[in-house]
Amino acid sequence: MKVRLAFTVNDEPVELLADDYKTLLEVLREDLGLTGTKHGCELGECGACAVLVDGQPLLSCLVLAVESEGRRIETVEGLAAGGRLHPLQECFADLGAAQCGYCTPGILMTAKALLDREPHPSRERIAEALSGNLCRCTGYLQIFEAVEAAAERAETVPSAEETA
Amino acid sequence: MMRLPAFRYRAPRTIADAAAWLAENPADTMLLAGGTDLLPNMKRRQQTPATLIGLRGIRELAEIASGETFDIGAGVTLSTLVSHPHVRQRYPGLYQAAAQVATPHLRNMGTIGGNLCLDTRCTYYDQTYQWRKAIDFCMKKDGDTCWVATSSPRCLAVSSTDTAPMLQALAASVTLQSSRGARVVPLADLYANDGMHYLTRQPDEILTKVTLPAIDGWRSAYWKLRRRGSFDFPVAAAAVAAKLDGPDVIDVRIVLGAVASRPVASDQAAAILRGNRLTDELIGAASAAAADVAKPMDNTDFELVWRKSMVRTLVASALHEIRGDDVRARRRQIARQELLLISRSA
Amino acid sequence: MSRPTRVVGRPRRRVDARAKVTGQTRFADDIMLPRMLHCVLLRSTQPHARILGIDTTRAAAVDGVHLVLTGDVFPIPYGILPVSHDEHALCRDKVRFVGDPVAAVIARDEATAERAAQTIDVTYEPLRTFASPADSLAYPEPRIHEYGDHGNVHKAVALQFGDVDAAIDGADHVFDDVFFFEGNTHLPIEQHAAVALKDPDGKLVVYSSTQTPHYLHRALAKALAMPAAHIRVIATPNGGGFGGKSDPFNHEIVVAKAALLLDRPVKVCLTREEVFLCHRGRHPVLMRLRTGVTRDGRITGLDLQTLLDGGAYGSYGVASTFYTGALQTVTYDIPRYRFRGCRVFTNKPPCGPKRGHGTPQSRFGQEVQLDKIAERLEVDPAELRLRIVAPPDSLTANYMRVRTIGLAECIQRVVERSQWKDKFRKLPLGRGVGLACSSYLSGAGLPINWNDLPHSGVQLKLDRSGGVTVFCGATEIGQGSDDVLVAAVSEVLGVDPFDVRAVTGDTDLTPVDLGSYSSRVTMMMGNAAIQAAERAREILASAVSARLEVAKDRLVFADRRVFDSERPDRGVTFQEAVCIAEAAVGTIGTTGSYTPPKSAAHYKGGGVGPTPTYSYTAAVVEAEVDPETGWITVPRVWIAHDIGRAINPTLVRGQVEGSVYMGLGEALMEEQAFRRLPPRLSNALVHKFPSMLEYKSPTSLDMPEIFTDLIEHPDPEGPFGGKEVGQGPLLPIMPAVANAVYDAVGVRVDQIPVTPEKILRALKAKAAGKPPRCGPAAFPEIAWPEALLVAPPWEGGDGRASNEPPKGSRRKADAGVEATAGVRP
Repeated sequence: MKVRLAFTVNDEPVELLADDYKTLLEVLREDLGLTGTKHGCELGECGACAVLVDGQPLLSCLVLAVESEGRRIETVEGLAAGGRLHPLQECFADLGAAQCGYCTPGILMTAKALLDREPHPSRERIAEALSGNLCRCTGYLQIFEAVEAAAERAETVPSAEETA
Repeated sequence: MMRLPAFRYRAPRTIADAAAWLAENPADTMLLAGGTDLLPNMKRRQQTPATLIGLRGIRELAEIASGETFDIGAGVTLSTLVSHPHVRQRYPGLYQAAAQVATPHLRNMGTIGGNLCLDTRCTYYDQTYQWRKAIDFCMKKDGDTCWVATSSPRCLAVSSTDTAPMLQALAASVTLQSSRGARVVPLADLYANDGMHYLTRQPDEILTKVTLPAIDGWRSAYWKLRRRGSFDFPVAAAAVAAKLDGPDVIDVRIVLGAVASRPVASDQAAAILRGNRLTDELIGAASAAAADVAKPMDNTDFELVWRKSMVRTLVASALHEIRGDDVRARRRQIARQELLLISRSA
Repeated sequence: MSRPTRVVGRPRRRVDARAKVTGQTRFADDIMLPRMLHCVLLRSTQPHARILGIDTTRAAAVDGVHLVLTGDVFPIPYGILPVSHDEHALCRDKVRFVGDPVAAVIARDEATAERAAQTIDVTYEPLRTFASPADSLAYPEPRIHEYGDHGNVHKAVALQFGDVDAAIDGADHVFDDVFFFEGNTHLPIEQHAAVALKDPDGKLVVYSSTQTPHYLHRALAKALAMPAAHIRVIATPNGGGFGGKSDPFNHEIVVAKAALLLDRPVKVCLTREEVFLCHRGRHPVLMRLRTGVTRDGRITGLDLQTLLDGGAYGSYGVASTFYTGALQTVTYDIPRYRFRGCRVFTNKPPCGPKRGHGTPQSRFGQEVQLDKIAERLEVDPAELRLRIVAPPDSLTANYMRVRTIGLAECIQRVVERSQWKDKFRKLPLGRGVGLACSSYLSGAGLPINWNDLPHSGVQLKLDRSGGVTVFCGATEIGQGSDDVLVAAVSEVLGVDPFDVRAVTGDTDLTPVDLGSYSSRVTMMMGNAAIQAAERAREILASAVSARLEVAKDRLVFADRRVFDSERPDRGVTFQEAVCIAEAAVGTIGTTGSYTPPKSAAHYKGGGVGPTPTYSYTAAVVEAEVDPETGWITVPRVWIAHDIGRAINPTLVRGQVEGSVYMGLGEALMEEQAFRRLPPRLSNALVHKFPSMLEYKSPTSLDMPEIFTDLIEHPDPEGPFGGKEVGQGPLLPIMPAVANAVYDAVGVRVDQIPVTPEKILRALKAKAAGKPPRCGPAAFPEIAWPEALLVAPPWEGGDGRASNEPPKGSRRKADAGVEATAGVRP
């Protein structure tokens, strides 16, 4: 049965009709065209589909679209704001934290939730927070460094010049 | 992509409504809490209910009350549980158990009720429909044979919940509600040692609350064995709760996880310790006795003989931790995190 | 180039980083086209069976289904290697593993296609299940394939370089060891996906997550019986390859056919389980090494035998077989050598190339055996290796050409950084260090389809806008090939990388590059790019020289300008330079291409192993092993890689650490393992755990500290002196872990993965007074073919086999093998 849903995605209101049995992942990618959120297994075993729901990192492959009603969804497409990349995005790009880039959106969103909650996490806390995101390319170390760099960068006033 | 089968979704606002709707057709209706166990199973067609009753809209299920007893609504997420100060301070074993479930994302979604009712697992069962067809299915679902032990008369799927063994060791009880009324049962009585019929919960009942008795000087510790530092279910686990008077054991409960189709208490191990001084020798004897009741089968990661031998190590580690020894190195080795050392003053 | 570089060698944000961190990179499954249909494959539930019939009537009648296909519309076989075109897009008369595709449903959405596929009735007549090489060697009938050496032996090869038996018999010590390396898989986070359509002009277009668009292009042309000129393959940005997306696949050909029949876009995306079934991963290899050494550790001869479990199809398997025996001699000095390799078919997902491709398995054996040799001779393992490192600019016994070799320095570096001398055999019980080395190719020296054509082509477009567009068929799989391409061009032309746009992996737009495998792209694409850019620079230089009246050789291209080196203020902007040149000579476009140097190995099989130059790696792994439980943890890894020149150090570090990560995964936990149900009850043979949960790959909590060192002595063969880095650093990790375990608790695990259960078993054996080892007992007797006899260079050889039959008498099949091996028939 199709249900009418209304929620916000990246601070913009969304209204759509979706079947009961659709997941948030499917609705984001296939109904809203937001293909930035990826899928690696659809069973909650890899973390690639992580998005923020009311500020919390969840796996969109296991969230029903119908249970997203009224909630605040954030995806990688909304990370950059006001024409500026988020410090996490800048640092991931600069420090080699993205190789094939497929696990990157899920990791960025999870890392964002961490920094929103804990502005200066230890390396241990970062590894723990990202322990639900698998990466097959990097070996994680450059990812940890990028999160640490982003935590530091977020403190300083953003420069007026946007780095490409 | 793997996708869910079609179903009808209903969202009650009260427990009474949920129970009534469940009673309409309990055979073809399932309850949806966090979805972290049910939805993957549905994608693999292990369960295909016509109706899902979503429980997240029921406020009462997400309440935590601390008084004489510690009452946790079944809908409380594992993340919420793990960050509750009383859990860390009074029931550190529960903290350790909940904190090691799956991953941070899944703990944000998964609930304590869901973890207690977790489907039993098996490498012949937790597979897609096509895979299971290739083995002509199995006893637990659509087939006749238990491929783990082909002459077994019962299903040998493994209890894979982390919180159940710990809560059982903490003498928790659960409330089961239906349109017929409510009943409270000791958690130990919720389970049966059968891979298929592992819950004594009736099809029209909803697990609504977990109740822990006042801590009353009991200490607790949970040690989980798995290949990696996250994602993985337990392949063996030791949940120990003990009340000490100085170096002496007044009372103790030892419950093993992931070595049977239900959490298994080792009364023999407890008997060795009860009323005695918690010495290294006694810890050794008790952990050996505990390993005796562990009967892992070849349906998880790791070889079953090794898993059984590790039960000793896990029980011993928990006992050492409860005694106040510095087990951080071992904890880091096995859990890849420090987790919590139990407080001496608890 | 004598001038310091401005782009090459500097840590830099990679050119595709911004797209990736904003989620804008469009992977294959992100492609959504109007009127697109969805394809689901139905796969065999039998491991080995004849197909008696397929009834698709119910499926075709499901509302929303547009097309149902079976093998009868795919009569033409294909495969990656010319000698093993043994696959059909959908099985025709038999299925050979659980997962072999038998039908396809194309419908309005995936769920409908899936539901319809379940209604297809396939009637099978089961045949014997071949679960392991033991089965395949024991039972020649029924044959899994009607081709191959004999029975279920796909290929057996034997090569001998010198009288190795005499060399071993005359040695001071002989070591005879058997090792086993379990199979494992790539596990890319991105599942394979493809979208096929007929473009408005009526030509076929296939987008695919492939690492090898050129080979897919060839396979489509063959399988669909269409001119390649009417087919366009676009390799979408790839979410992880590691060799798993280098074969042409069933699903790619099926959607292409469906798109042609329906004239609508058709998409397929594999589920994670299907990715495990596609596989093409690391062959399980049983190996036996008999090695003779002098009392001071020099190798007199090595006799290596390998047995590969190939799975159900050929894939790259013949090459994989040769690879298990190719690189032993390029690392250490081995004066006489015999290699015998045998690949068998079994009823499991086919094995193929995974990072390292056949070399990691025998590397494991070689490095662990060296550790045993060092112990018996009472020599430090690092010292032993330093004595026997292969010399630079030399030809090996099997005619592989070693160019630069920085291995000695790599060994010395990790020894120093890890404080090896203070730790080896000196740490308390339960802690140990292990050393191992390795080498890898910077691209296969011979192509898969034997011909004289370049292996990589680059095209440059420069125009009056001042922008540069570079075209190359190379495929970005995350390793940074787009970045290397842009770096090379911008370095030579003196522009900013952001001024350069890379167009890659599109068979309509880009010149052929053979693909991202064998770590060839930096070497081959890089050299081709330099050539194209230098030609462009030459055109600009001529025009600017004339305009400014400055001698060409005084012109510098840097900082987006072209100026007089002696009077830097005298110059023009790059954009002006292009305009001047365009006015002078017309539209500017240049090309560059690369073909590897000719190999010296002229014997059958010598086509696998040669490369322009090898990279080298040394690693020290520190391990903690609990003697009570066998539990193993790896807290630290030191690694030094002889890379020649790091083009972008940020990316290089990523490749090294990523390789260490993947090596640890293989060493400790990854297994592509199978369950054979009791034969008296069932013929089932299934993948034990085709999920990301049960197939264990390390998480962020399972990683050690990694200390990386790069040894940079530019190699004349490489672009800016660079050698490969994408595969080499993975290879020493597995043996270093096993060697560390021995140092920690005194037991040998001669098997990968090194797990707590095996360690504990070995410890118990040790305690009981038995050999302190866990590993395979024996290597089976195999009916080897007569070895080709090739005298080593220092014994008067010329790279040819003395007993190879003369050209005229060779059968056609042999010629096919030679084509694979790169030898002119």
